[in-house]
Amino acid sequence: MSKNINVALIGNPNTGKTSVFNQLTGLKQKVGNYPGITVEKKEGVCKLPRGVKAHILDLPGTYSLNTTSLDESLVVELLLNKNDKDYPDVAVVISDVENLKRNLLLFTQIKDLKIPTILVVNMADRMDRKGISLDVEAMEKKFDTKIALVSTRKNTGIERIKELIADYKSISSRPILDPTRISPEYFDRLKKTFPQEDLYKLWLVITQDVNFMPIEKKRIQDATDFSTKSKDDLKKLQHKETVLRYQLINNILKETYKVDFMAAKGLRASLDKILTHKIFGYLIFFAILLLIFQAIFDWSGYPMDFIDEQFAMAAEWIKNTLPPGVFTDLLAEGIIAGIGGIVIFIPQIAFLFLFISLLEESGYMSRVVFLMDRLMRPFGLSGKSVVPLISGNACAIPAIMATRTIENWKERLITILVTPFTTCSARLPVYLILIALVIPEGTVLGLSYQALTLMLLYLIGFGMALLSAMVLNKILKIKSRSIFMVEMPTYRLPLLKNVVYTVIEKTKSFVLGAGKIILAISIVLWFLGSNGYSEDFQDADRIVTERIENEGLSIYSKNYIQNNVASYRESVEAEGMSPSALQDSIQVLTTELSERAVAQEIASYKLKHSYIGQAGKAFEPIVKPLGYDWKIGIAVLTSFAAREVFVGTLATIYSVGSDEEETIKNRMAAELDDSGKPLFNLASGISLMLFYAFAMQCMSTLAIVKRETNSWKWPMIQLGFMSVFAYIIALIAYQILI
Amino acid sequence: MATVADLRYGQKGIIKDFTEHILPIKLLELGCLPGNSVELLQIAPLNDPIYINLSGSHLAIRRSLAELIELEIIEETQAK
Repeated sequence: MSKNINVALIGNPNTGKTSVFNQLTGLKQKVGNYPGITVEKKEGVCKLPRGVKAHILDLPGTYSLNTTSLDESLVVELLLNKNDKDYPDVAVVISDVENLKRNLLLFTQIKDLKIPTILVVNMADRMDRKGISLDVEAMEKKFDTKIALVSTRKNTGIERIKELIADYKSISSRPILDPTRISPEYFDRLKKTFPQEDLYKLWLVITQDVNFMPIEKKRIQDATDFSTKSKDDLKKLQHKETVLRYQLINNILKETYKVDFMAAKGLRASLDKILTHKIFGYLIFFAILLLIFQAIFDWSGYPMDFIDEQFAMAAEWIKNTLPPGVFTDLLAEGIIAGIGGIVIFIPQIAFLFLFISLLEESGYMSRVVFLMDRLMRPFGLSGKSVVPLISGNACAIPAIMATRTIENWKERLITILVTPFTTCSARLPVYLILIALVIPEGTVLGLSYQALTLMLLYLIGFGMALLSAMVLNKILKIKSRSIFMVEMPTYRLPLLKNVVYTVIEKTKSFVLGAGKIILAISIVLWFLGSNGYSEDFQDADRIVTERIENEGLSIYSKNYIQNNVASYRESVEAEGMSPSALQDSIQVLTTELSERAVAQEIASYKLKHSYIGQAGKAFEPIVKPLGYDWKIGIAVLTSFAAREVFVGTLATIYSVGSDEEETIKNRMAAELDDSGKPLFNLASGISLMLFYAFAMQCMSTLAIVKRETNSWKWPMIQLGFMSVFAYIIALIAYQILI
Repeated sequence: MATVADLRYGQKGIIKDFTEHILPIKLLELGCLPGNSVELLQIAPLNDPIYINLSGSHLAIRRSLAELIELEIIEETQAK
C-alpha cells in the first residue's frame, strides 16, 4: 500500500533548509501562499525507496516555537493542529553543524510535540575545516532520534534522509524535556484543570499569540478555577524553559561534539573586515549596486526589445492571417498585447532576483543590512529595506517582490507602499522627451541643464519615497514586535541550483500572480480605446476618407511622407540608382506612405472618439489647470496602465505614425495651445514631469502590491494617494511657473 | 555596569546573571544566557549597529538592545 507521507522541513534560518528541500524535490515543487496571508508556502514531492512518496512541506525558517512573526506563528499553528491536512507524519529538523547548539533548541521543542523527529546535520563538508568532530551514534541515543549527516554542496547524505523518512514509523516520538520542570507548581495546576490535554502543547497555546483550531485559547482563559499568570510571569517561565533546554543540550554536546578552535577562525573575519569597512564597505556595495542597475536598466533592454518585437510580429501575423473582425482585434490588440505587457517584465525580474539570490546565498546581504541600517532608521525603516528601495529605481515590480526578506510586517508594508515613488525605468522615456522639449540646452558648471533636471527627478523620487516612509511610520498603527537582530551567516559560494530555482520561482509567481490582473486590465483598456458609441467613431473610416478627399492629408501626414521620401532619396542616390528607376520606386513608396498616413489619420480619429477619447475630453477641465489639453489628458489617462505608453499614445493621437522619438518630439514642439503659444512649455512640461514622478501609473505594480499585501486595500490607497498628490504638486508647479 | 554596548573591537565579556526579564526571548534563544561569552567583531560605519559573536552565533544588533545585556569584560585587547 502506498500512502503519501507528510513531511515537514523545519529549521533555523541559514541552515541550508532550502537547499535540502531543493535536493529532495528537484523541480517538482510548488510555491504559493498560505490561504489568507502572504507567507510563502513551498511544497514538493519526493520519491522514497520502496515506491513510497513523500509530500514535503518547507516551513518558514524559525529559531524556536516562541513566535514573533507571522512566519513563525504559522509553524506553531501547523504543528499543533492534528487536523490540518499538512500535519506532518514526521518532522525533519535541519541544523547547521557550526551552529548545532542553537539549532538543537528548536529540535528539542519539536520533539516535545510528540512528532517523530529526524535530525539533519547539514554542511557536514565544513566539519574538517572547522575542526568539528561528532559522535553521531552517541548523539542519536542521547537525543532519542535518527541523524543524517548531509552536505547539500557535496550532495551526500540525501539518500539517508529519504531512507529515514520512509522508515518514519520506527522513529521515536518520545518527548525530551518534562515541562513540569519549568515550574512544578504552575504545571501541576495546569494538569489538574486540563487533565485531557498535553501539557507542553497547552503551554504553547498559552504563551504563543496564534490562532488555534484544536484547543481554544478562550477556553483556557475562561476556565474559572484556573488563574492565568501575568504576562511578565509567563515570560519568566519562558526564559526558564530556554535555560533548561540549553542545559540539556549542553550536557549532551559536551560528550558528543568537539570543536578544535585552533582550526576555526577563517575567511569570515578577513572578509568582514573589508566588506563592512567604513569606506570600502560602502564602495563595494555601491559598485555592486551599479552592476545590478546596469543589468536591470541596460542589459535587460536586449531581451526586452526582442520580446517586444516578437509580440508585435505575432499581433501582426494574427491580423494578417485571421479574417478581420472583433475577435481578431481582441486577440491581436487586447490579448497578445496584454500578454506581451506581462512577459516584457521577465528579464528585469530575472536579473534582479539573480543578483539578490547570489547576494543572499553568499551571505553578503546581511552585511548590507548591517552597513545601511543606521542610515535608514530616521525613516522608520531598517537596513533590510535598502535593496528593494534601490531596485525600485529600475522597476518597482521586482523591487516589491524583493520585500519578502523583511520579516517585520509594518516595515515591509511601508517599503511596499513607498517603492513606487522611486524613478523606475518606465518613467525615463517620458522624462527624456519632455526634458528635450522644455528644458533649454546650456550648461552650468560644465553640467547640462537637461542632465541636471534628470538627476533632480531621480532625487525627488527617492526623497519622496523616504519622506513618505517617515510619515507612514508615524501614521500606521501596526503592532510590530520583532526587534532588529540579523544573523551574519558564514560566507559561502552560492549554489547554482538554489540561484536558478529562485529565479524561476520568482518569475513564475509574477507571471501567474500579477499576470492575470494585468491581462484583464489590458483587455478593458483595449476595449475602451477601440470602441465608441458616437457616430463619429462608427463612421470614422468614411468621415476621414471624405475629409482627405476634400481637404487632402493633414499637414503632419504630408510632412511625414515628405521626410520619409527625402531620406529614402538620399540613401538610394548614394547607391547610384538610375533616375527613372528612382522615380518609380519613389512613386511606389509615396503610395505606400499615403496609405499608411490615411490609416493613421483614421486611427487617430477613432481614438479621439473612442470611450477613452471621450473620457479624455470629459477629463479636460480637470487637467486644464495643470496646463494640459485633452490630448495630453488621454495620454495621461492611458498611462495609468503603464507610464511608457505616454509617448505611444501621443504618437497615435497626433497620428505621426512612427515611434521615432525625434518625429514625435518635433510634432509635440509644434503643438500650440488656444492662445497660439507652444503647448509644451516650461510650465506645462515641468508640471507633467512632476505628475509622472508622483502618480501611481502602473497597473502591474498595483497587481503585485495586491498580491504581496493580499488585499485591494493597499494598492487602492496607493493609487488614490499618489495620484491626488501628483495632481496637487503638478497644479502648484504649473500655476507658479506660468 | 558594563554592557555589550561598551565593548571595544575584539573585546570579550561574560554575560551576567540577569534577574530582570526585559531581554527578548529571541536573544536568549540565540545564546544570550548567563555565563556565555560575547565578543565584539565589528561596529557599523555609523557606530550602530554592532556585530557580535554571541557564544557562536554571529549577530548584528542595535546599540539600544546591546545596552540591555550586562556583562563582565574579561579580555583587554590592544585597542586599535
